[in-house]
Amino acid sequence: MSIAIKTTDLSRAFADSGAKDKNFWALRDVSLEIPEGCIYGLLGPNGAGKTTLIKILSTLLLPTAGEALVAGYNVDNEYEKIRPIINMVSGGENCGYGILTVAENLWMFTQFYGIPTKQAMAKIKDLLEIMNLSEKADTKINKLSTGMRQKMNFIRGFVTDPKILFLDEPTLGLDVNAARETRKFVTDWVKNASEPKTVILTTHYMQEADEMCGKLAIIDHGRILANDTPKNLKKQEAGGVSYTINVAYRDFDPQILRTLPGVSSFAHSVLNEQGLIEMIFNLSDDSALARIIEKINSLSFSINNIQKKEFTLEDAFIKLVGRRLSGGEGDTL
Amino acid sequence: MSMNELIKNLRGIWARAYVRIVGVNREPSWLIFELFFPLLPICSFAFVYKSMNAPSDYLGFVILGGAMTAIWMNVLWGMAAQFFWERESGNLTLYMLCPMSTMAVLVGMALGSGFSTFFRVIITFMIGKLIFGITLHVASYFWLFATFILTIAAVFSLGMMMASFFLLYGRDAWNILTVFMEPVFFLSGFYFPVKTLGYPLGALASLIPITLGLDAMRQLAFKLGPDTAFLPVKTEILILVALSALYLAGAKYLLKKLEYIGRREGRLTLRWQ
Repeated sequence: MSIAIKTTDLSRAFADSGAKDKNFWALRDVSLEIPEGCIYGLLGPNGAGKTTLIKILSTLLLPTAGEALVAGYNVDNEYEKIRPIINMVSGGENCGYGILTVAENLWMFTQFYGIPTKQAMAKIKDLLEIMNLSEKADTKINKLSTGMRQKMNFIRGFVTDPKILFLDEPTLGLDVNAARETRKFVTDWVKNASEPKTVILTTHYMQEADEMCGKLAIIDHGRILANDTPKNLKKQEAGGVSYTINVAYRDFDPQILRTLPGVSSFAHSVLNEQGLIEMIFNLSDDSALARIIEKINSLSFSINNIQKKEFTLEDAFIKLVGRRLSGGEGDTL
Repeated sequence: MSMNELIKNLRGIWARAYVRIVGVNREPSWLIFELFFPLLPICSFAFVYKSMNAPSDYLGFVILGGAMTAIWMNVLWGMAAQFFWERESGNLTLYMLCPMSTMAVLVGMALGSGFSTFFRVIITFMIGKLIFGITLHVASYFWLFATFILTIAAVFSLGMMMASFFLLYGRDAWNILTVFMEPVFFLSGFYFPVKTLGYPLGALASLIPITLGLDAMRQLAFKLGPDTAFLPVKTEILILVALSALYLAGAKYLLKKLEYIGRREGRLTLRWQ
């Protein structure tokens, strides 16, 4: 599979206004390989370096050190070859001109890419229909709601049919249904494209990243902390699988289960009112569960309840970053 | 530049100009703000000349100069400062991102502004002419029109060069524009023949193309025009051509240079400066 984006030890420093002669490193030694034809997520808290990375890859910012190649072209000196094949949509964007209608604004942006008017208008019509915005085609954009405006921005990103698309918080400001439609549209666009399309997505919504991204990187303080498929990240970073097992506690000693093969960690508590003991097992894999059940049965105790806890991307994120994605500093764990 | 590149840039120029051309039709308030209000200072100066029993051609000088202020105002606020607003709205980011040359954006802005300004100047002048009963003695309609178009082209080329600075600077550059407004109104001789300033100051003022354009148009449109000439019309036209080329080349150079600095320093997408 070809590589859409490759960065090697990519770093970007900004002058730190608070400390004279000191630099603030927004990105530090980022090395990534993003294959063609996938949705690649960038997850990280505010200020982690996601937008800086996107700005460099979209040729708006030069790196301080290292190298970034987009479709094989260097962002430093081959940006003119990169720009025709990329586009970007940012959440909360306020672009366009209020005096023009939705269709006119979209047409204007297609002209900047040299798309013939007839072809552009046909494409705009299709996309307006898909995004349920057809009836607003002739409405001036200063009359649009925030959500509708974001839909228009979204269409602007796709109307030029880019090879590589940067989506920076694209569902910001959209209601639940519109966000769901948007996610589906992006996924289908990548899946059904006649030539490979690559999407680089930054999002604050963990579920969005989990649902859409074939691969993702967790980034914090300008460094890549992990880079894998969501499934592997959940498995590796969150540490296997977890089960909660309830057993009637009379004469039951849970400690005998702690040393069974495959049990990574173990905790228990007594639920007096129910007369149960609740045990939480972290297991290296599902096969260890069979040994636990067998052991409990061999001691002639009955299992009241077994519940598997699915590790989420958020668990992996918290483990890597040390705090929740959606929270501020106060959420530090 | 390949044919494809040229077509792409021409499409971009038209699309950016379209915003301004359409804007004129969709915002009729400009009739008040850009026609009625500019007539007020014109009237003030015209009444001064009238009370002094000055020849009616002097009233014509004032009306032409007053009408031409629209060009300078448009260059300052509609061209140079426009990049500031484009950055605030996020459009500048998208301009930088697209494959069209940034110069095409500027040319589109200039053409759109030039188009609307062209009509504003003519309408303001015609209204002033009607109110004060000015008689024209046009030496050559062709050269008068050509000088008018050339002046617009030269002034907007200067505007394109000034706009480049807004890639890097925010409100600082905006303040500089404010400083440029009144001194330029004075130096360019909007309300009096620039010859009055003397040659050294007139030569300095000639760096602003509107100075020479206005002087040449007065010579071509009024009987007393040649008596107050700063330089011969042909010389002024040649200098205007040279200034247009110089400022256009300057805009192209600065745009590329400042875009690079903007990318290096991260200022292209910086808002709220």
